[in-house]
Amino acid sequence: MATEFVARGSNLDLVGIRKEFPGFTAIDDLDLHIPAGEFFALLGPSGCGKTTTLRLVAGLEEPTSGQILIGGKDVSHTKPHERPVNTVFQSYALFPHMSVLENVAFGLKQRKIADPLKRASEALDLVQLGHLAGRRPQQLSGGQQQRVALARALVNRPSLLLLDEPLGALDLKLRREMQIELKAIQIEVGLTFLHVTHDQEEAMDMADTVAVMNKGHIEQMGAPEKLYDRPKTVFVSKFLGQSNLFIGKIVETSANSLSIDVVGYKISVPKDRAEKHTGKIAIGVRPEKADLFQNKPADSSSQNLIGPGEVKDIRFTGVSNQFLVDVPNIGLVTVFEQNEGNSTVELGDQVWISWKVEHSFGLADLPADTLDEE
Amino acid sequence: MAFAAFGHSGGSKSDFKTPRKTSVKVAMALLIPGMLYLGLFFITPLVSLVVTSLEVPDGSGEIGRYAYGFEISNYWTVIETYWPHIARSFFYALMATILGLLISYPLAYFIGVKARRWPILQGLMLTLVIAPFFISFLLRTFAWKQMFANESLIVTTLQSWGVLAPDQYLVGTDFMVIFGLTYNFIPFMTLPLYTSLERLDIRLLEAGSDLYANPAKVFARVTLPLSMPGIISGTLMTFIPIAGDYVNASSQFLGSSETAMIGNVVEANFLRINDYPSASALSVLLMAAILALVTFYVRRSGTEDLL
Repeated sequence: MATEFVARGSNLDLVGIRKEFPGFTAIDDLDLHIPAGEFFALLGPSGCGKTTTLRLVAGLEEPTSGQILIGGKDVSHTKPHERPVNTVFQSYALFPHMSVLENVAFGLKQRKIADPLKRASEALDLVQLGHLAGRRPQQLSGGQQQRVALARALVNRPSLLLLDEPLGALDLKLRREMQIELKAIQIEVGLTFLHVTHDQEEAMDMADTVAVMNKGHIEQMGAPEKLYDRPKTVFVSKFLGQSNLFIGKIVETSANSLSIDVVGYKISVPKDRAEKHTGKIAIGVRPEKADLFQNKPADSSSQNLIGPGEVKDIRFTGVSNQFLVDVPNIGLVTVFEQNEGNSTVELGDQVWISWKVEHSFGLADLPADTLDEE
Repeated sequence: MAFAAFGHSGGSKSDFKTPRKTSVKVAMALLIPGMLYLGLFFITPLVSLVVTSLEVPDGSGEIGRYAYGFEISNYWTVIETYWPHIARSFFYALMATILGLLISYPLAYFIGVKARRWPILQGLMLTLVIAPFFISFLLRTFAWKQMFANESLIVTTLQSWGVLAPDQYLVGTDFMVIFGLTYNFIPFMTLPLYTSLERLDIRLLEAGSDLYANPAKVFARVTLPLSMPGIISGTLMTFIPIAGDYVNASSQFLGSSETAMIGNVVEANFLRINDYPSASALSVLLMAAILALVTFYVRRSGTEDLL
């Protein structure tokens, strides 16, 4: 076993991974490439297979088929203790019968690295817990335990650090602080991080690349801004942020845009922002990209316009006001307006909703409840 | 970055004064029946036992007549006379405890950890562990005597294989007594082990292997220390009664005069020779020795923070 620390992270490649449990398939033909040094987030709802993916990489589960390569080396059939990988567990899994320092030194001792206690206390200093080294884990708060778990994994300088929703149990403020800290540590140590989470804000905030997982496969993958701006499936458009979707047959195609007809309203999307150019399509827009008008604005080919609709609900969230508008024959449309202190829209008002054509996106699939009446 | 890890401790004391006083009274009241019971059925006999152990023959020359005295030398006499029995008792108890642990740990591990996915199997196996209790322990011990009797199939087979010499038998040997003791006390070892292994957090084992420990190291560094409370209580619950046992080692069951333990000697002194001071002195000695050993053992194992 290598006793030297690796200087940098390694690539992780998953090739055709499939994992079956008795009665269901957790992961179905998953391919994934994570370049060395990247902060990669696997985002998905519970039961989507993201934790199983992580456990496969850690060696805690064996794939039914497929290969796992770390730094180009096939580790698919090696035991967890033989893999250059460390995990920050969701439950932290700190050893209750050892002090904080002994917990952190555990991996170093197993690999017979010189000066385990000195290195362990340095790692504890890195997470600002040097003064609690002698305590037992149960005597620490949740946030402190989380940092011990992080130090215990990081001190081994793994090629790949796996994070299994490590911030899930922390309160919002502490979570935000830890996110910033975790990101800073990742940049500092230059390791490859694979972070599993169901918190889309956390994933977008921290990761270089986000892969959205659903039902055992990856729906879409890319930089957070790209994913948010151009979701390609209904699932991604709904899971990563919110979306208003309008479904209709394509009735008009011009040089660089296409339009659908939704109960008399023409809604357009640029061709290069649409996943398909024929048949029935779902066109979406983010709530914050849409604007509310109390008087009908002039038609414009660069704007999509629907309305009037009745304001059914106004939610004040501090930064923004969230309006729920019921447009006849379309349904509820969500609009976020920046809270600039000059909103005059009130409950029950008739309003028009408008957004730039270039903010629309066309999805590859249709919502599950859409009847296919072609 | 500072975390307020532990909130404010201790509030205003005066607020609690009245309820605390009442709760002390309630606690005392609740303790009374238990204390009375202990006083009547433990302290009194214990004092009586110690007093008897110091008595001297009353001079009448009749067997079994003793008078109050302060004969400390009773203790030296019994140690001198019966030290082989004392040593044998602790040797048997140690062997049976170790064997019981070696048999029970894997069993308890299987029931408490591996069988978690199949609760029915878990329940069934636990039932099987305690099932022997449904039959009297004397009957079961006697059954073993029959099975290992001199003319039994087991003994004749072992003799024909040459494992035993033609004139060698099993009943009445150290082996047979240790076998019986181990067998009879296995449930007392298995159940505490099961309770502590059943609570073992599998995720800690995964964390161990994630941190480069091979399965043997994970067992030694994580599983074993975490199941220590079960090991401690299991070994105490077998060692203590075994050291005082007299059924298995008696010649009516699995033993012979060669295997007599303290219990057998106490029984003989009390009921047959009517030498009450010696029997009492032996009982006190046994109790003191067990108390000393257990105290040392619990201190050494240092499991306070796991309980």
